[in-house]
Amino acid sequence: MLGRKIARHGLAIVATVLLGGLLSAALVRLAPGFDSDEAALDPHLNSASVLALRQARLEQHNLFRFYFHSLQRAAHGDLGTSISLGQPVSVLLRERAPLTLRLVGVGLLLSWAMAMAMALSAAWLRVSAYDALTTAISGTFLCIPAAVLALLSVLWNVPGALAIGLIVFPRVYRYARNLLAKAYSLPHIITARAKGLSELRILFWHVVPVAGPQLLAVAGVSVSIAVGAAIPVEALCGLAGVGQLAWQAALARDLPLLTNLTILVTLVTLLANSGADVIGHILRGHEA
Amino acid sequence: MKLWRTVACAVLLLVVSVSLAANWLAPAGYARQYREAADAAPSRQHWLGTDEIGRDRFARVLYGTRISLLLAPAAALLSTLMAALVGGLAGYLGGAWARCAMAVTDLFLSLPWLFLLITVRAVMPLNVSPMVSVLVTFLMLGLLGWTSAARVLCSTATSLRDADFVRQARASGLSGARLFWIHVLPNLKPVLYAQFWISIPAFILSEANLGILGLGVAEPMPSWGSLLKELEGLVSVGEEPWKFVPLILLVVVVTSFQLVLSRQDEVAA
Repeated sequence: MLGRKIARHGLAIVATVLLGGLLSAALVRLAPGFDSDEAALDPHLNSASVLALRQARLEQHNLFRFYFHSLQRAAHGDLGTSISLGQPVSVLLRERAPLTLRLVGVGLLLSWAMAMAMALSAAWLRVSAYDALTTAISGTFLCIPAAVLALLSVLWNVPGALAIGLIVFPRVYRYARNLLAKAYSLPHIITARAKGLSELRILFWHVVPVAGPQLLAVAGVSVSIAVGAAIPVEALCGLAGVGQLAWQAALARDLPLLTNLTILVTLVTLLANSGADVIGHILRGHEA
Repeated sequence: MKLWRTVACAVLLLVVSVSLAANWLAPAGYARQYREAADAAPSRQHWLGTDEIGRDRFARVLYGTRISLLLAPAAALLSTLMAALVGGLAGYLGGAWARCAMAVTDLFLSLPWLFLLITVRAVMPLNVSPMVSVLVTFLMLGLLGWTSAARVLCSTATSLRDADFVRQARASGLSGARLFWIHVLPNLKPVLYAQFWISIPAFILSEANLGILGLGVAEPMPSWGSLLKELEGLVSVGEEPWKFVPLILLVVVVTSFQLVLSRQDEVAA
């Protein structure tokens, strides 16, 4: 059963990544200016070289052939060369991925710590004023654009990971608060409280099993939000990660780089979501 | 809560009215340059000072608010219509159409929103006229922002398809398109309204993010995104506090939308 679920997720990931790649390849192919090559304007090139450049472009005219060749090259580890940075895309990704992974990882930890601390305290205290305060705090952060939070983090010398944490936390808090409030209002948990069970025992024995699988799904989604948040944070804080690379590629219309980044980001978010789903399935299986 | 909602509605109404009256309230056009007073502090002539090339910041805030507040709902309308068309029909028709539509939806949803926006924006020409950049930015938001709404509408339409009154109407001989138009679509209205209202603040924030990253509305056209880009040059928060006015305005407006939205959530529920 679990094996089938993992296989189904694996197939869905491969299909979505391939479809995503095709979509981004289509965008690259249809983008204005695809047919022209700046290199052809070089006065040092003779007519034969210009003709060869045009010929190379013509070979990429068919979208499916263009995509197939890209996939073939990617299978051999060749992700192409960045137009704007003049370096192999694989080298750029290898250099920048560790920083983004660290930022996103720490940012997620911080956001979950903040969100769960606030959501749990609100669920435990059940004081409407405190609930309103935590909702107002998270609501305020929700109303500030991610890029502004990144700019403010530069002004206040706050680490980039904390900026990502502050961008992600209100989204996580909103779901966590609702899930915990719903779990704490269940009859068996109210009974447990009435019988005088300690809050920690209620939390780990009764609330987590109820809200856990759904919180795991939120965890999967929060990875996608954190990856998105890494773009403005890295771009505006001057951190040389994959997010900054995506921003630079967008500004320079470096489409080969963007295609690869699209596939990478799709893969990461799908793996996170599927991972959360499979773990949730395992947990539910244990409960049953 | 009702009081807060009334206040939020009043704030939104006030901001929209003031921005619509920008032609009369602003001391000059958004592109007019006062070269002799570049980067000036607030004064009687320039209530919020001037930017680095001498344009009146108050005028730019008014015109920028108008652009953001008029076009975000337009983009939200477009995305809601697309969601109704794709999600509503997918849920109603079911089968292969629903699977295809949801696969495309999943594909879009698997990409972080901001990443998707900058990727698509990068594919389009960046050196376009300011007016075209405004249209491109908000059209893009409208054309890409329908996916999560489509998912909600698909599940709502699926439950409606199997509802007793729809089965009865079908048994009475009502055709597919007519059935969808007369019985299914009106029942999707509360969800559509909620999705429309949810999309507006989301699009306002997205435009602001794109503007700050230099991928939004092009100069000299102002928008909240391009106005917030000025914060990049600040050295400290207390240095020129008047530069935070667009941010405060944006937070107030988005908060007001969220408060109004809480009512829409109740309606949708």
